[in-house]
This record gives sequence, structure tokens and C-alpha cells, in this order.
Amino acid sequence: MADLDDLYREIILDHYKNPRNSGSIESPPALVEEGFNPLCGDEVKLYLVIEDDRIADIRISGQGCSISRSSASLMSQAVKGKPISEAFDVLARFRRMMGIDGEESGEPEVADVRSLGELAALQGVVKFPVRIKCATLPWNTLSAAIARSLG
Amino acid sequence: MASTIRSAMTADTLDVRVIRKDFPIYQQPYEDKPFIYLDSAASSQRPEQVMQAMDEYYRRFHSNVHRGVYTLAEEATARYEAARVKVGRFLGAKDPSREVVFTKNATEAFNLVAQGLGRVLLNQDSVIVLTEMEHHANLVPWLILQEQIGFTIRYITFDSDGYLVLDELDSILDGASLLGVTMMSNVLGTVNPIAELAAAAHRHGALFLADAAQFAPHFEVDVSGLDIDLLCLTGHKMLGPTGIGALWARSEILDRMTPFLGGGDMIADVRLDGFVASEIPYKFEAGTPPIAEAVGWASAIDYLESVGMGSLRAHDLKLTEYAIANLTGSLGSAFKLYGPKVAADRGGVVSFDLAGVHPHDVAQVLDQHGVCVRAGHHCAKPLMRQIGTAATARASFYLYNDEADIDALVAALEDAYALFN
Repeated sequence: MADLDDLYREIILDHYKNPRNSGSIESPPALVEEGFNPLCGDEVKLYLVIEDDRIADIRISGQGCSISRSSASLMSQAVKGKPISEAFDVLARFRRMMGIDGEESGEPEVADVRSLGELAALQGVVKFPVRIKCATLPWNTLSAAIARSLG
Repeated sequence: MASTIRSAMTADTLDVRVIRKDFPIYQQPYEDKPFIYLDSAASSQRPEQVMQAMDEYYRRFHSNVHRGVYTLAEEATARYEAARVKVGRFLGAKDPSREVVFTKNATEAFNLVAQGLGRVLLNQDSVIVLTEMEHHANLVPWLILQEQIGFTIRYITFDSDGYLVLDELDSILDGASLLGVTMMSNVLGTVNPIAELAAAAHRHGALFLADAAQFAPHFEVDVSGLDIDLLCLTGHKMLGPTGIGALWARSEILDRMTPFLGGGDMIADVRLDGFVASEIPYKFEAGTPPIAEAVGWASAIDYLESVGMGSLRAHDLKLTEYAIANLTGSLGSAFKLYGPKVAADRGGVVSFDLAGVHPHDVAQVLDQHGVCVRAGHHCAKPLMRQIGTAATARASFYLYNDEADIDALVAALEDAYALFN
């Protein structure tokens, strides 16, 4: 069961059971963005408050598996309070770790993964291709929300 | 072929060990884990006989159908048309050679009904009735047509045990032109009272459309006895190949319907300013049809009939009872069953929730044990909203499954529960 241990790391199970920044924010001022995984029915609803090009607050609600919920929770920690440019940078590094937008070899840069901190716990997902969509759902939703806020 | 199958049966029980010898996939297990296939409601496996029939067709008899005058073309046409009659007889059709339209799958058959019949039957003042437990295949084609021509869709709901609520059936059907119902829910497993629903539809002058995609692989279907008007089914869930399904409808209904797909083979005449459609069923089969798939499907029906639909149902029922008893017994209150509690009211499908473990994670851990189950919304999102969840895990059984498969499921679920709780 070595593979499963790669997938279900302690940090992931912790964030699944105790999701950080869970809930909603009144809109307005919050920007609300919904994301769906039509294959499996996962739903994520993102509430974002952007002030001075900075993610001042973020809350997340929705339904999903341990991978999509923990990814959302870890993401919220990683981008909360950060300038949008920095959030984009984390997003890009996360996508590379998931094997998206990466080099042809698909191997993420070691430095990239290290720099992601707790998010690196999701690295094992790459070995389970079907689950990559679970992990990236909240990130794609964040990306869409920011794109919309920038007009 | 028949001898193998007959020897697999004694007094209405299937000998799964003998059946499995006919299914090559059981001879090629994974290197590192067992192969416990519990996802036949999504797609069944197929026996050697079906693959041989298709292989023989390509090696010895292939040419295009309904075109050539040479002997080989006649052979191919004869086999294709024999398959049509086979499907029709399997369904209890009165006129099997004219009432079966081959399609790509059940979904395409529903689209044919919506576009071919819906457009002549309905206008913006019309009403059709569906149920909240329909698969998307019997929902989305109607929603598309509704966007195009506008009409009202009413829905029959279902209760917390997965039974259709029929108390107000007559008022729901008042003024309706069509009632469309799944014979067996692909999520809840519920087997619906089809004869009663068809009779109610007819009392109100509505046509009755049945979704047999889940039902036909497991039960004897009798469209005449049940008084069904139109029925959709697919080959790959009943031991046949992918890429073929069918619409069966009474010939007078098919006569009323307009073609949905146009092209070669479906016409009597074509001019630059118009066309004359061919007769039924050919006017609905544009282009070169799935000939080898039809031959394979006919072989699958031979296999099922050799086993006997009665024996198959008895086997499904035995496994379903065993599964419900053991899952509830081992997992207790952590196991939540969706659909009827009574196995006799359901087909061989068990959808469930495991406390604290999302269905995707259930399926992931089960995969590690070699247990293949489906997790997700099962192409029935309105149903999922009605039962208040976004996804369930689903185990489904067929003639090659046995109690040991269910024991493996239970053990794997215990493991998943332990990992997450």
C-alpha cells in the first residue's frame, strides 16, 4: 500500500478533516467563483476579497474528495494575504508540480516543490492521473476568479 | 458454446467458476492484485463467444450492408438483419424486423426519440413527464428540445427509500403527451412498476417511453406484455460490444417519426431540392451502420438466453441480498445504503456512502485491493441533488460475480474506513 501512503499523506488527511478558511464571505465585497469537476460532481465555491492587488481574504465551501478539499484548504493558506502576483507564482509552481505546464519530462523542479511548503504534500497525486483534476479544481477556480477581478 | 453455459447451471444457480472461463479478462488478472470487477452497471465484460462472432464476421463475411448484390454483401446484410430480429425478439417485439432501430448506444436512441418523435409530437403548449431518477440520457435530449421548441416538463419525484412517489400520478399526467421512465435506476437500483406506469400514461393518452439500459441486461423484457410504446437500450452493458444500442418502438410510432440523422442508406430518393426517406427502420440508420457490433450483440443475447434471464435474475438477487446483509453487518452505521432496503425491489446495483470517506477516496482505496467500483454522480445529477449528495460509490453485479467478490469489497471498505477515521 506504499502508493496509497504517497497519496493520503498526514497533512492531506488533516486538511480534509479540518479545512482551513472554510465558509463564505458576504458578496459584495467578496468576489464569488464556482468551479465544477463534471466527471465526478466535485464543486468548489470560492469567496475572494481583493484589496490593493492583494488577496485580503479567502473562504472556500463546496463538496469534494479528500484531494480536492485538502488542496483547496492548502491553497487558501498559501495565497491568503499575498499580492496577486505572488499568488500567480504559487499557482504556476503548483501546476508544474502536477505535471501541467511542465517540461516534457513532466518532472517538477525540486526547488519548485520545496518552495511550495506544505503544498508539496500533494505531490503524490501525480502518480494517480485521474486525481490530478481533483487537486487542480480549486486552483483553476482561483485563477478564473482573479482573471475576472482584473477584468 | 451452449454446452459450456448449460453445464454452468444447475437448478437455476450459476456456477460462476464455469462462467468466468468464458470471459478472457478473468484469465488476465493484474500482476500485483486480484481482479474484482464490480462495475458492470457502467459496462459489462464480454465473453469469448462475442469476440469470436465479431472476429469471424470480419474475417469471413464483411462487406457493406444493403448495397452490394454479390454473395458476400448478402451474407453481411443477412447477419446484420438477423441481429436486428434477435434484439427485437429478446424484447418481445411483435414485428422485430421493422421495429428495432440500431443506434450508437442508448443515449443516441433517446436523442432519436426526442428529435424524431418530439418534434412531431410536441409544441410549446405540450407537456411531457419524466422522473427525478432519470439518467442524463433521458433528460438532456428533452432539455435540448425544450430549448428549441419550448414545452413543459413535469417530474415524478421519489421518496427517501428510492421509490417513485405515485400518489399524484394522475394529476401529473393530466394533459401529457409522453411519460419517460427508467425501468431500473442506475444509482438507486430501484426497479420501477413499469406496467402500472405504462397503463397510467395510456389512460391519459400519453406515450410510454422506457429506459431499459440497466434493466435489459438483468431481466426479461416484454414490451408487448408491459404495453411499452418506445424503449432504449445499449449493447455494452449486456455482454455486447460498445458502439451499438437500439431504439425499439411500435411500428406505427416509428412511421410517424421523422429522421434524425441524414445521409446514405436512409433514403428512397434524393434530388437536389429534396429527398424521400426510406421505410422503417432504415430511415433512421444513416451511413454505414455498426455491422460487426450488431453481430457481436446478437451473440451476447444468445449467451444471455443460454444462461436464462430467470437464472440471471436469481443470481443478481442472491448477490444483492448478500451484499446488503454483509455491508450493513460489517460496517454498521458507517454504511449508508441508497435506494430500496428490500433486495427484491432492486437490480444488482448497490450505491452507498461510507461515513467520513468521500466516494472518490473509497474507490481509490478499493482499487488498491483490486476492487473496481464506480464513484461519482453516475450521470444522474438531479437524482444526486434529490438524495442530497454530490457523489456516491456504487458496486454492481453480474453473472460473473460471486460472494467472494463481495467479501473482498467488504474487507476493502473496512480498510478505507480505518484509513480515514
